[in-house]
Amino acid sequence: MAELNTGGKQQPRVDLTAMVDLAFLLITFFMLTTSINKPNAMDVAMPDKNKDDPEDRLEVADNRTMTLLLGSGNKIEWYVGEYSNPLEGPEIVDYGKEGIRPVLLRKLKEVPQLTGDPEKGLIVVIRPSDKSTHRNLVDILDEMNIVQARQYMIGTISEPEIEVLKRDNLYND
Amino acid sequence: MPRVKVKRASTTIDMTAMCDVSFLLLTFFILTATARQPEPLQVDTPASATQVKVPDDDLGLITIGNGGKVFFGVVNRNARGRMLELMSEKYSIPFTPEEKAEFSMMETFGVPMGNLKQLIGLGPNDRVKEGLQPGIPVDSTEALSNELFHWIYSARVATKEQKDVEMRISIKGDANEKYPEIKKVIDVLQSQKVNKFSLITSLRGSDF
Repeated sequence: MAELNTGGKQQPRVDLTAMVDLAFLLITFFMLTTSINKPNAMDVAMPDKNKDDPEDRLEVADNRTMTLLLGSGNKIEWYVGEYSNPLEGPEIVDYGKEGIRPVLLRKLKEVPQLTGDPEKGLIVVIRPSDKSTHRNLVDILDEMNIVQARQYMIGTISEPEIEVLKRDNLYND
Repeated sequence: MPRVKVKRASTTIDMTAMCDVSFLLLTFFILTATARQPEPLQVDTPASATQVKVPDDDLGLITIGNGGKVFFGVVNRNARGRMLELMSEKYSIPFTPEEKAEFSMMETFGVPMGNLKQLIGLGPNDRVKEGLQPGIPVDSTEALSNELFHWIYSARVATKEQKDVEMRISIKGDANEKYPEIKKVIDVLQSQKVNKFSLITSLRGSDF
């Protein structure tokens, strides 16, 4: 009988390279999605509401306070001091690095020199109007974190300030 | 001169062990990845450059979107049952243990207290239909009509009782939601002297 010459026993081998490639690709995908999927949290601290004495306020120098009025159409109107007699501004700017950031950075540098005390820096008061969106609020709070403003608060907008926004056509739906 | 014979080594490497390890890791990552729950209220969160992640437990999540609809949910499952008990006492609406168990499985909800029984009666898939849940009533008082106030309060009490920690509160607002709607919820938090909370955002690139 004729015999087939198989030339010794050959171990059956499978090339696993492609399989390993695929497995690592999937691992990478799952690793990234588990951490990226998680949303971020931006901490906010609101000033304490004093129900008994709403007029209880701390007086600060006009040249230290900068007020940002968040209007409609993704615009900010800012001024320094009081709205009736602003020391600087009012000026209308956009959000982001071309808009409000240079102004904030400049004021952050200027104010301690003006007061002559590094502790007495700029105080930013954010006043969102009824026509601004949640995105605007988050953007401006984010901006505060980016420029590392230490003192800022979210306040309530007043009637005369709404008038200012209306005058500049920033109070539309 | 005899030639030195260089032994040719095989270039194939045994991949079996590597394959084993990589599939083990893959299994691990698939299992730890939490499946995304379908949400009854879809919101598009604004972006920010903050790197802090949302905490995993002891968190109360207020979702605002779709023209001021407010939804509320507690991450901790055990606290949900206790929260419902406290609420049923306040509004004198009794719930059966089965309803309580079913409620504990609900990630988030947005119906007035009177319709909660109905919502629990629906199946988990019908519940998340868009536009079905009208949102939790909110106003500026501390009376029973301001249901969000009492839900948050009960959730805080429940968390405090069970874990002895203060519940953290996050607001997940839609980017295009108008500020007054957000303000209304912030006012509710402030009327409970919760002045610290966090806003949920998605990640933005550094070029902002």
